[in-house]
Amino acid sequence: MNAPAPQAAADDVVLDVRDLKTCFPTPGGRVMAVDGVSIRLRRGRILGLVGESGSGKSVLGLSIMRLLAEPGFIAGGEIRYGDMNLAAVPDEAMRSLRGKRLAMIFQDPMMTLNPVLRIETQMVEAILAHEDVSREEARRRSRDALGQVGIPSPEERLRAYPHQFSGGMRQRVSMAIALLHRPDVIIADEPTTALDVTIQSQILSEVQSLVERFHTALIWITHDLSVVSRLADDIAVMYAGRIVELGAVDNVVNRPSHPYTAGLINSLPSRNRRGSRLQQIPGMTPNLLNLPQGCAFRTRCGRADDACIREPALLEGPTSFRRCFHPLEGSLEGPLEGPLEGVDA
Amino acid sequence: MSPTPQAPTAAPEPARERPTRPLVEVALAYCHSWLAVLALVVLVAVVLVAILAPWISPQNPYDLTVIDIMEGRLPPGSEAYGGGVYILGTDDQGRDMLSAIFYGLRISLMVGLGAALIAATVGTSLGLIAAYAGGRVEAAIMRLVDLQLSIPSILVALMILAVLGKGIVNVMIALILVEWALYARTARGSALVERNKEYVEAAQCLVLPQYRIMFRHILPNCLPPIIVITTIQVARAIALEATLSFLGLGVPVTEPSLGLLISNGYQHMLSGNFWISFYPGIALLITVASINIVGDQLRDVLNPRHHR
Amino acid sequence: MTVWIANRLMQAFGVVLVMTLIVFLAVNVIGDPIEMLISPEADQMERQRIIALFGLDQPLWRQYLAFLKGAVQGDLGRSFVYGEPALKVIFQRLPATLELAVSASLISVAVGLPLGLIAGLYPRRGFSKAIMATSILGFSLPSFWVGLLLIMVFAVYLGWLPSSGRGETVEVLGMHLSFLTLDGLRHLALPAINLAIFNTAVILRLTRAGVSEVMPQEYIRFARAKGVSERRVIGIHVLKNIMIPVVTVIGLEFGALIAFSVITESIFAWPGIGKLIIDSINVLDRPMMVAYLMLVVTLFVTVNLVIDILYMLLDPRVSADGKD
Repeated sequence: MNAPAPQAAADDVVLDVRDLKTCFPTPGGRVMAVDGVSIRLRRGRILGLVGESGSGKSVLGLSIMRLLAEPGFIAGGEIRYGDMNLAAVPDEAMRSLRGKRLAMIFQDPMMTLNPVLRIETQMVEAILAHEDVSREEARRRSRDALGQVGIPSPEERLRAYPHQFSGGMRQRVSMAIALLHRPDVIIADEPTTALDVTIQSQILSEVQSLVERFHTALIWITHDLSVVSRLADDIAVMYAGRIVELGAVDNVVNRPSHPYTAGLINSLPSRNRRGSRLQQIPGMTPNLLNLPQGCAFRTRCGRADDACIREPALLEGPTSFRRCFHPLEGSLEGPLEGPLEGVDA
Repeated sequence: MSPTPQAPTAAPEPARERPTRPLVEVALAYCHSWLAVLALVVLVAVVLVAILAPWISPQNPYDLTVIDIMEGRLPPGSEAYGGGVYILGTDDQGRDMLSAIFYGLRISLMVGLGAALIAATVGTSLGLIAAYAGGRVEAAIMRLVDLQLSIPSILVALMILAVLGKGIVNVMIALILVEWALYARTARGSALVERNKEYVEAAQCLVLPQYRIMFRHILPNCLPPIIVITTIQVARAIALEATLSFLGLGVPVTEPSLGLLISNGYQHMLSGNFWISFYPGIALLITVASINIVGDQLRDVLNPRHHR
Repeated sequence: MTVWIANRLMQAFGVVLVMTLIVFLAVNVIGDPIEMLISPEADQMERQRIIALFGLDQPLWRQYLAFLKGAVQGDLGRSFVYGEPALKVIFQRLPATLELAVSASLISVAVGLPLGLIAGLYPRRGFSKAIMATSILGFSLPSFWVGLLLIMVFAVYLGWLPSSGRGETVEVLGMHLSFLTLDGLRHLALPAINLAIFNTAVILRLTRAGVSEVMPQEYIRFARAKGVSERRVIGIHVLKNIMIPVVTVIGLEFGALIAFSVITESIFAWPGIGKLIIDSINVLDRPMMVAYLMLVVTLFVTVNLVIDILYMLLDPRVSADGKD
């Protein structure tokens, strides 16, 4: 079944997530890994999804792709893509969308590719899963795709096995596979976390140029603010399954409104002066089974008070959307020089 | 109402739990599977039957004064001449099958358990020695272990019995020689891990004699996997003894184990008197299966990686 | 690579040699060969003759060397019972056992692999738990007991299949094979199933363990993210990853099948080498015992060696570097 290309909306929104909730039943109770998240992804734009472990960012990506492992399930909300709600389409329809219109790249390049199958096999099957072309044609396209992501001598590389590639190369292969059908949306779940810093920047540039070329919408999931500040157009910050701040990258990074965002930025080593103590956010990431009442960040926030026992809503502010009763106004202390340091340009 | 700023509070600490004793934890984890609990109950019952056989059997099947060949080959449920009922029928000599099974269970369990325990002692000791001594001694022992483990148990047993002849003692020797290797390998594996731990270094600093370190200190920590494989080894020993007896190479006719009972009854199966062979077979099945299920669950519980 | 193979060959050879020593010592030292070989009624002349014939008056090491020499030439002694070279008798009966072992191997894969796959793919369902519980039975039950059960149900009660013996055979390449005739298949059915049960349980559990280990892996998720059909995910991605250990086990277990055929052949009166060895032990036909043990051990060592080599070749993580 071929998925129809989505109608271009007035402001070219390609993916519209509305109040998505994802639940994991555990022996200790129900965990809402994603608790009412709404984001809109526009064609050709890169959205950085930032948060610590357990914030729900990976689960959000998996929910959109409907790749949740049991016993997780989508408990509410919609994922509008074109005229479809991805949260509700039947499995077979979803399968035909995956890889073709929506693609995903994972974190660990070592384990993303099947170790006992050749690269060729794994790429050709991705093509043949959606199009009825000949093997040779599929092979040719795979070879070209490898060349496009900057892999030298693609013809030989096709016959190789994953373990014969370096980490950076493997991740490029994953990207090549993701781009095979020129999808509308790519979700990248911490794709450079496991790579060296130098390789990281190469991949980042590569991604930027590919996104510009093909006008793909990209969700880049990471815990590393410095990476995403260089790459993304917009940033969404997640905490305990909810978005606490959402806005254009410059605004969020240079003029954060939510105390958590400010905390994240302040704790980056590059933002701190040599010799002075590194700043930290006090406390620990919350246990999702035992969230504080009201604002989930309340127990770690220096600005919290009795008002925060009520749950704040995500409201529009002067620079970004934020979920806080006491948002920061104005810019951060300290010299501001545009994008954060941490990754060499 | 103006909000008063509060100092940030750290996340509340979880309530302190009382530490549970490891034995209790193991027991609780074990009970997660109803099948395993059932198997344990059955196993305990079997063992009790075997121990109490002389007292709970309706008849002593090996007392020639009590058996009457005229009562032979009666189907289950038949009435006995002197009153009472042969619940499981009689065999061709007139013995009550239920009693024969109880006594047979005794022999089977004795031989199986005895052989497994002796093999455990011998094998574990050799494994510990190998791990602790290292070098040539270890290489020699482990070579032997590999050799013995690569040959199917039945073949080893056959070879030994071919040479030594039949009889309970020879069967036990054969069983011990079949089973020791797995114990040795397991013990050595555990001991190698333990040997590098600090408490051994500490003991060595106190200049304790080698064997004392080995047996008093290292051994207790190697016990969990040994316990697990003991259950399975016992089951294997019982099954192997039954097989050997069935083939006529095992225990003598005067003290038949379940295997021999099955063998004796085999020729009567084709003429329709199936119970002479069948019920001892069921008894064997129940015994071996319950031991295996218990061992399986124990392994899942005691092995930290197995959480299915 | 070739160095490694040569190494393994040497090891294998060493093992066989050690076995010959053990077997020889066991058979000829423990117990009195003279008493074993000579009937009590033989007179003095007869005794001398036999002693000379079998070299029993020679020092032990000479006997061993003579034995080795004979072994290399393929002569492992003459059977007391059959009066012919032991090896010849064994080879005559080998096809029957091989037929049984191969059939059992095929059955155990055909049943064990799919069931293990199902149990691994749907671990929490009732039928999966039932399959696993049954598999415990499969390797707990002594195979002779299962054989009896099969005979009782299928031969005595239902009368569908014969309870003993081998069916009609067809000669192929000098060997007599019975699976090519319908009658042969009928006779083969029960013994093959009996022999297969233990192996089926092993393969089943191994497959299931493999599947439950592979399924949560990231590459399976990635395959789904590509939009690959679930059938292909399981049939290619999962299966290829578990095949290597499974194939290894199938190969290794083949040797065990040959050994365990001893039991099955006794119950079903199947005229293979298993029954031969039991009979030989009971009548103390020494040369036959020696020949059987030597043959089986050699077979075993060879199979293990082949499997080791195959494993090296099959796993791309190991071999691809060598190949390219």
